Amino acid sequence: MSLSRDDVAGVAKLAKLQFSSEEIDQLTDQLGRIVSFVDQLNQVDTEGVDTMAHPLDVESVVREDQLADSLDRADALKNAPNQDGEFFLVPPVMAK
Amino acid sequence: MSESAASSYQMIVGLEVHVQLATQSKLFCGCATKFGAPPNTQVCPVCLGQPGALPVMNKEAVRLAIQTGLALNCEIASFTKWDRKNYFYPDLPKGYQISQFDEPICGPGYLDFDDPESPGEQLRVRLIRAHLEEDAGKSMHDEEAGKADSRIDLNRTGTPLLEIVSEPDLRSAAAARAYLTELRLLLTYLGVSDCNMQEGSLRADANVNLHIEKGGEIVATPIVEVKNLNSFRAVERALDYEGQRQWDDWQRTGQTIKDAPKRTFGWDDARGVTVLQREKEDSADYRYFPDPDLVPLRISSEQLANVRDSLGESPRAIRERLQTAHDLKPYDAEVIVGQGKGVVEYFDQVVASGGSAKRASSWVHQEVLRVLNDGNLEIKDVPVSPKQLAELISAIDAGDLDTSKGKEVFQFWLENPGKSVEDAKEALGIKSVDKGELESLCRELLAENEKVVNQFKDGNTKALGALIGAAKKKNPNADPRMVRDLCQQIIENEI
Amino acid sequence: MNILELSATEIASKIAAREISSREVTAFFLERIDTLDSKVVAFTSRNTLALQQAEEADRKIQAGELSGPLAGVPVAIKDVLCTAEMPTTCGSQMLKDFTAPYSATAVRKILDAGMVVLGKTNMDEFAMGGSTETSVFGATHNPWDLNRTAGGSSGGSAAALAAGMAPIAIGSDTGGSVRQPAAFCGVCGLKPTYGRVSRFGLVAFASSLDQVGCFAHHSSDLAATLQVIAGFDNRDSTSVNAEVSDYSASLGDSLLALKVGIIREHLESEALDPEVRAAVAKAQDCLKGLGAEIIEVELPHTNYSVPAYYVVAPCEASGNLSRYEGVHYGFRQLGGPEDPPLEGMIAASRSEGFGAEVKRRIMLGTFALSEGYSDAYYKKALRVRRLIAQDYQEAFEKVDVLLGPTTPTAPYELGEKVGDPVQMYLGDLFTVGANLAGLPGLSVPAGMNAAGLPLAVQLQGPAMGEAKLLRVAHQLQRAGLFVPQVASVA
Ligand SMILES: [Mg+2]
Ligand SMILES: [Zn+2]
Repeated sequence: MSLSRDDVAGVAKLAKLQFSSEEIDQLTDQLGRIVSFVDQLNQVDTEGVDTMAHPLDVESVVREDQLADSLDRADALKNAPNQDGEFFLVPPVMAK
Repeated sequence: MSESAASSYQMIVGLEVHVQLATQSKLFCGCATKFGAPPNTQVCPVCLGQPGALPVMNKEAVRLAIQTGLALNCEIASFTKWDRKNYFYPDLPKGYQISQFDEPICGPGYLDFDDPESPGEQLRVRLIRAHLEEDAGKSMHDEEAGKADSRIDLNRTGTPLLEIVSEPDLRSAAAARAYLTELRLLLTYLGVSDCNMQEGSLRADANVNLHIEKGGEIVATPIVEVKNLNSFRAVERALDYEGQRQWDDWQRTGQTIKDAPKRTFGWDDARGVTVLQREKEDSADYRYFPDPDLVPLRISSEQLANVRDSLGESPRAIRERLQTAHDLKPYDAEVIVGQGKGVVEYFDQVVASGGSAKRASSWVHQEVLRVLNDGNLEIKDVPVSPKQLAELISAIDAGDLDTSKGKEVFQFWLENPGKSVEDAKEALGIKSVDKGELESLCRELLAENEKVVNQFKDGNTKALGALIGAAKKKNPNADPRMVRDLCQQIIENEI
Repeated sequence: MNILELSATEIASKIAAREISSREVTAFFLERIDTLDSKVVAFTSRNTLALQQAEEADRKIQAGELSGPLAGVPVAIKDVLCTAEMPTTCGSQMLKDFTAPYSATAVRKILDAGMVVLGKTNMDEFAMGGSTETSVFGATHNPWDLNRTAGGSSGGSAAALAAGMAPIAIGSDTGGSVRQPAAFCGVCGLKPTYGRVSRFGLVAFASSLDQVGCFAHHSSDLAATLQVIAGFDNRDSTSVNAEVSDYSASLGDSLLALKVGIIREHLESEALDPEVRAAVAKAQDCLKGLGAEIIEVELPHTNYSVPAYYVVAPCEASGNLSRYEGVHYGFRQLGGPEDPPLEGMIAASRSEGFGAEVKRRIMLGTFALSEGYSDAYYKKALRVRRLIAQDYQEAFEKVDVLLGPTTPTAPYELGEKVGDPVQMYLGDLFTVGANLAGLPGLSVPAGMNAAGLPLAVQLQGPAMGEAKLLRVAHQLQRAGLFVPQVASVA
């Protein structure tokens, strides 16, 4: 299939990415070419073939319900762009 | 809800309930799930969504989910898997929630409960599914939203939840509340969750719309999801409010389900109103796909059998037992069951130790519950043991105590645990009167009250009541009921 | 002694015999990094504690507290594995200042084995690429020709070895990211079976394809390194709970009657450069000479492996990279005044923090998973993936190992394919199959082309068949298919 500018803009919104209108044009072209390249997959008859999400057929890997050490809060927060020693801080959800 | 409105629409409600499962550690890491820890102290690379960290599923969470599914009459999947639900929010550190999309652990089931509108009648809610997922963290927003930064605490992130999704089978706010109440009772009996709504262990979202009869046909109003219902009272108030709101809205706009998309409203408990949060259009496309970091889960039939054996008696089964085996009235059975497993066990032990079920029931209702409420105690903390109460009840049945004296004894036990009935009577100066003594006392009474005797002979059986007071004067320990019976015998033998 | 002429295990035994100290060896490589890396750009950061850690290793070795085939040997680690003491940047603005609060399991095992980390190596941003040109630290240059790519995404690790800046390097391989740079830089590169090495602490690109791998000049060193990093990890649900075999023990076993499959579709591919085809033929003759039996096999779905890969990998990546939102760690950029503050911050952070190729793949994956397209793209690709895995299964019923090219061509010039994603993606034609099927692959140098650039062949094996691959590679090397050499960087 071919991608429209609007398709690309919609996907960008979903992916939380911002693009200039030039970038959208460029992406529409590049993604379009990639998509038509992967469209080759439609040549393959996959009737009755199961999907393969995992390369191994391992199942039911579980752990016991046991406590393990948590991080020190300082380590948990140390990479945060903004924090107050207790919480991660983010700009308000809605403007006022 | 106004009468006119009530009579003119039918509310259609389905509930999505998130239950926090009672595990020690989180769903995919070893961090504690305890409530109330200082912010961001129960976190590790896994539940922080740190680059490179990987989830490993908690066995116990799976067991609890199966247990709940079985108790809710659900089909349990023999094969289930984990999916990623992708959306961005600061309290969701990975940018996706690990959940279950198309192969949930629990398939269709149902729950029956008493119809709050017509006692004795049963209602059934069909359940679509129940699936496991990880909880998100907590965002604390500035009171005047928008002024200051929001604060994010990830302690709750990764806590195991079971989301129980019902069909839209509920027809009133009261019914929704009754279903939730029964569900919570069942979950606490199973011990799969503490169901503490204040702490967020039980959260309900409701999908609501109205079916309105108009010109002989039914029109449906647009579906609204009401979120943030964190008490039973909130559920009932929010649904009543929302029903009325949709009714007014429909009368004003005439909008039907065909005209408007599903919208999300939040319940503002303080103001008692539902508030629009978002239109479905700009709600996310979650792009579910199998989480490649987790492998599928196979549930064997023996695994299932083991869990089934550990289920125990459901509240519903206990109600029936109390009514059939002990023929308690539905109300009395309900009160005992409603008090929880502990009180039921207490009652059962009183009966097992020889206390008659009917008296046991009324003693539990009056005295035991009073003690629980006054001191807000757990049943295990009540100083009077089931065995003691059983003895007391037998003593009363045997007539060496009347009920009021019995209550004195019970009260005495509260302050002096572990004493016997005799100790108590001793300490309270209660003497049971022996039969000979009582008989002569009655003969005296009859001799002194010929008028009463004649009234009785004329068929006025109540007349004897007049003697009780006098009897008490002669001997405060005389059991009124025995005085009455004895006098009656004496008179009848004379005839 | 010339340390560059020694294999890693030889270095270890000389350290054990006190002929040289770990400190001296470490200092030697650090100095080469200082003099050469400004030209090669193989490293994103150096381990400032390397010498102390080498001294500590010497002390332990002499005290008898530490031994092992690689004890005291320096190693370079791709900047995609989390290290508690050093930054982990993934070559991205997004993580430029990120230091993980924990170390990856593979890294822990390396430290427990007494190896000394020299530094973190350069890579395509978030391991997405085949040329190590998309790194925020700049492109890595091929030591054999500084105008050419070292390959990618583990280009820094491969180049560090080729330039003699490290004796061993660790990388990661999602679609060929160990094998292809190994081929371009004239060193050995191994991508183990999926699940053989723990992914815990490996920053995820595409979780069902990612696998930690290793580089060395000598296949015997690959064996020793794999021995260190392989094994079950209860913190990785996808790690395989199976015995780790002794990879060094069987290196010398004869190849008599070993069945080697030649992949028809790979050799007949018109993308294949004649000089590379010739290298495969040379390796084939070499194996015949060693008594192996050559059998032609088919992997009929070969041409669909790249399309399938470029759906599956971006889909998983789009989810894996959602965590970079400027909230809990990593780059933050506030949005414009007109944007809602939170939403604006998240979008701005992602748009500024990610480079073009990463954004392209996130877009591609987001699209392929979105409502209405997920069945046609994501699910379809997963069905084709199963067919590709079945092709391999059938092939390995007939043969022990597969022989073919690693890359279609010798290393190309930097900048040559930047503008053309699809051309870049086609460079993965021979390597993505092993990732889709979860199988081990090993790239072995096979001499130089006319222009003096490295050529290589690829060996692929059945699941857990690493020992076989290492044995064949070792014998090819002994038979003279390739003599390990360090490029003279000019
Ligand atoms: Mg949910
Ligand atoms: Zn945790």
